[in-house]
Amino acid sequence: MASYRSIRDFDWPMFVLALAICSMGVLQIFSATHDTKWGDAWWKQVMYIMVSVVIMWFATLIDYHTLLAQVPILYSGSVVILIATFLVGTKIFGSRRWIGYGSFKLQISEFVKLVIVLLVARFLTEIKTEQLELSDLFKLGGLVGLPMLLVMAQPDLGTALTYLPILIVGVFLAGLRWQHAAAIGVIIALVLPLGYFFLKDYLLKDYQRARLVSFVNPSSDPKGSGYQVIQSQIAVGSGALWGRGVTRGSQTQNGFLPVPHTDFIFSAFAEEHGFVGVVVVLGLYFLLLMQIVQNAQIAPDRAGMYLCMGVAALLVFHVLVNVGMVVGRMPVTGIPLPLMSSGGSNTLSIFLMLGLVNNVRLRRFVN
Amino acid sequence: MDLQTDREQERLSSKPLLRDDPKFASAKIAFFQYLTVGVFLFLLTGFWDLQIRNPEVYYLRAEQNRIKSTPVLAARGKIMDRDGRVIVDNHSSYSAIISRENLKEEHLKGIADGLDIEYEALVNRVRRFSAPKYIPLVIKEELTTGELAFVESHRDPDTFPELDLIVAQRRLYPKDGLAAHVVGYVGEISDVELNLEEFAKFHPGDVIGKEGIERQYNDILMGVDGKRQVEVDNLGNERQVLESKPDQPGKNLELTIDLDLQVVAELAMENKRGAVVALDPRNGEVLAMVSRPAYDPNLFATRIRTKDWNDLLKNPAHPLLNKAIQGTQAPGSTFKPIVALAGLETDTIDDTFHVGCGGGASFYGTYFHCHKVHGTVDLHKGIVQSCDVFFYNVGNKLGIDKIAKYAEMAGFGHRTGIDLPHEAEGIMPSTRWKNKLFREKWYAGETISVSIGQGAVAVTPLQLASAIGGIAVGGTWNTPHLAKEPTRLAPARKANLNPDNVQKVIYGMYGVVNEGGTGRPALIPGLNVCGKTGTAQLASNKLLKGTKLGQSMKDNAWFVGFAPREAPEIVIVALFENGEHGPNAAPIVRDVMKAYFDKQARLGRRKTQVEAVNGFEHPTILQVPAVASGGVN
Repeated sequence: MASYRSIRDFDWPMFVLALAICSMGVLQIFSATHDTKWGDAWWKQVMYIMVSVVIMWFATLIDYHTLLAQVPILYSGSVVILIATFLVGTKIFGSRRWIGYGSFKLQISEFVKLVIVLLVARFLTEIKTEQLELSDLFKLGGLVGLPMLLVMAQPDLGTALTYLPILIVGVFLAGLRWQHAAAIGVIIALVLPLGYFFLKDYLLKDYQRARLVSFVNPSSDPKGSGYQVIQSQIAVGSGALWGRGVTRGSQTQNGFLPVPHTDFIFSAFAEEHGFVGVVVVLGLYFLLLMQIVQNAQIAPDRAGMYLCMGVAALLVFHVLVNVGMVVGRMPVTGIPLPLMSSGGSNTLSIFLMLGLVNNVRLRRFVN
Repeated sequence: MDLQTDREQERLSSKPLLRDDPKFASAKIAFFQYLTVGVFLFLLTGFWDLQIRNPEVYYLRAEQNRIKSTPVLAARGKIMDRDGRVIVDNHSSYSAIISRENLKEEHLKGIADGLDIEYEALVNRVRRFSAPKYIPLVIKEELTTGELAFVESHRDPDTFPELDLIVAQRRLYPKDGLAAHVVGYVGEISDVELNLEEFAKFHPGDVIGKEGIERQYNDILMGVDGKRQVEVDNLGNERQVLESKPDQPGKNLELTIDLDLQVVAELAMENKRGAVVALDPRNGEVLAMVSRPAYDPNLFATRIRTKDWNDLLKNPAHPLLNKAIQGTQAPGSTFKPIVALAGLETDTIDDTFHVGCGGGASFYGTYFHCHKVHGTVDLHKGIVQSCDVFFYNVGNKLGIDKIAKYAEMAGFGHRTGIDLPHEAEGIMPSTRWKNKLFREKWYAGETISVSIGQGAVAVTPLQLASAIGGIAVGGTWNTPHLAKEPTRLAPARKANLNPDNVQKVIYGMYGVVNEGGTGRPALIPGLNVCGKTGTAQLASNKLLKGTKLGQSMKDNAWFVGFAPREAPEIVIVALFENGEHGPNAAPIVRDVMKAYFDKQARLGRRKTQVEAVNGFEHPTILQVPAVASGGVN
């Protein structure tokens, strides 16, 4: 199979787009942290990106069919590690999400995304009918639901929710019956509010409930997550058309904006680069997504198509929720902005997914 | 059925079929693309709303986050007496302020509780405070250690970010209301005052002089506040100073008040009601000014509590009133020297003029009493014995307008122009006055009461002191003033009086004290004190009747005295409310006068020691009557 690969077939546009977004991220991480105790975060991020690109390259070498064949092992391994993380993981900000030794820590739930993408692709590929049966739906729902619950229990609702779009887009493409979709929709519409009222004390942590409430009414909790949203909106709004300049945004520089190099990085970017900068970067994301979708369309088989679309679904969801949060149109969930937010696990997992997409592209002439 | 078995077989086969046609979902992928376009448009509209439609709002809020400005309050100038001794000082204290730019109304409850402020009052003040938003509101002055700790521990961004501290220089007034009416007090400018032209240059929240010297010389005493604008981070830490404008403290002000005399006058008025004014008639400098009852200006030094303010306002003795310049009373017999001067200057009477006093006399069908049977009375005896019948006759011969002319010349019925706010005018009746005010003709019978200082005539203690002092120095009325260097002062008024006539009146007043007259209690051995007693009959003054308590219907006692007779340096008026008889006010004047001359002797400004001389045997005492009697004879 190696003979079909060539540098020419490599998805250069996607790679360049991803690196362009990354460079914007590094610039913004530098600007937001240059005189704080996280002053070296930008350099770390550069290292993460470089390491991620190398690992992506190696990952690309492995045929995605080989990976798909290993899904049972990958999946059960993920579940085991998630349970281990929950039991012995490092606790940061009140939740156990990290596992590792010393300063080397991995956020397992980030890599589980990749496994979910593979799982959904494999499961749906094996179904040859034009439409999904209810039993398949339940099986796949259960398979995706288990790691979701484990991540939720860390607790990390935001990351857990990122598994959902992979599932939803997958079953949509595989042929979801409209009756099933309607039934699920009705059930969710009924269960969510009821569940919220009866189980809110068990399912949602206090801060999660506060986030939900403050999303509906930000000024109800001006010091908590409502405060974060208000400060973020102030930062974005004061950026106006052209932005206040790199290292010149007072919301970012004076600490009014919460975590301006991770979850709220796009808010910091919008403050310092304005609407023009926002349009450029969102444009880059859009082009990147379209490139991934194009790879799905030219994929050699269903599995490849599902893989690419799973990655695309995940990315759209990330961008929607994170950027939506920054402008106050989505609740605060604490998920990073892919390729921009500082963080090794997230960066690596995104590049691995891009590698997966590339992998599909490189093997498109197999048939 | 076939299909189903196929599927089952495929499921069971160990190796799944992974290669197949990927194009089956291309329509759905296209749908996903449209969905993505929708997501991005949705996000872009969010940025459009914030960054393009109204970025100014957010820019302003970012600036409010970033910039913190605190005023640097300028200290007011000190007020000192004529010898440079401090009367009104300042002391540093902490005030709690709230910045209204990032104020959350729901925080006010916690702040009010922590600082022991009435919550309702605080909310009202915050709502009514009309200054620009960047000017913080002072919510409590003179913080105690506990309150200071509260502010320090709650001013962080997570609790009450709007709360802050500033150092303020607070007024420290003398205790027990010493010179309270002279210095006045300061206070936060009121809404009413803000609308007055006088206060146009001030802002809400400014502390300004409200009364007395504090108000009159506010421009000198009040400094210019500085400003400090810093950039802060989310924890309130200063990152850089954006603007720093130092404050300009107010200038000190020296008064003409002599604290030594002031203290003596205050002590002399202890537990009494009324007023004392001591003037230097040669230049109009006010040496002492007392009004009793007094109030504690320190109540105003911070923010006066509503209860304290109401107590002061409702007190029937009107402690806020400066009786020295605002309390108008009938001058009673203290008016007689002026009537005598008018008689002499208009040649209505001369040395030979005399009347017989049988304890009263009839004029225009009404019988007017005298307090005693005086027998034959001439001018000198008339003044010394304060014979009413003599002055009824002089007044009757003069007519009201001649009396009024000389009384107004001495300053009656007009403000003296002292550098204090709210001075009263007093009343000097005349035909013109009555016609103007009541559109009525003057009846000659009314003149009889006026000629002994009763009837409509009303003066303030300051007017009386200025009037008699001006006569004592031969007809020059210097405008009384409290500041050593007054900013605006009316020039002195001069009258071309016959020195002989003046000396005859002065001689009469000398006799009042030194020849067994009604002013005997004011006698100071070794000093030629001249004076005149007076009694303001309250029963005849309907205006005062209504405002006084029942027990205080006793007549008010006056005494006006000056010394030394040969070259008057000081004129003192004491008004002793409910003192019944003029002689009861004389010791007050004597005490202050003695303090003055004792001090002069101590400082070596006078050759003779008043207290060391044994009464009438001193050469100056013997000499002066000789000069005066020469004039009389």
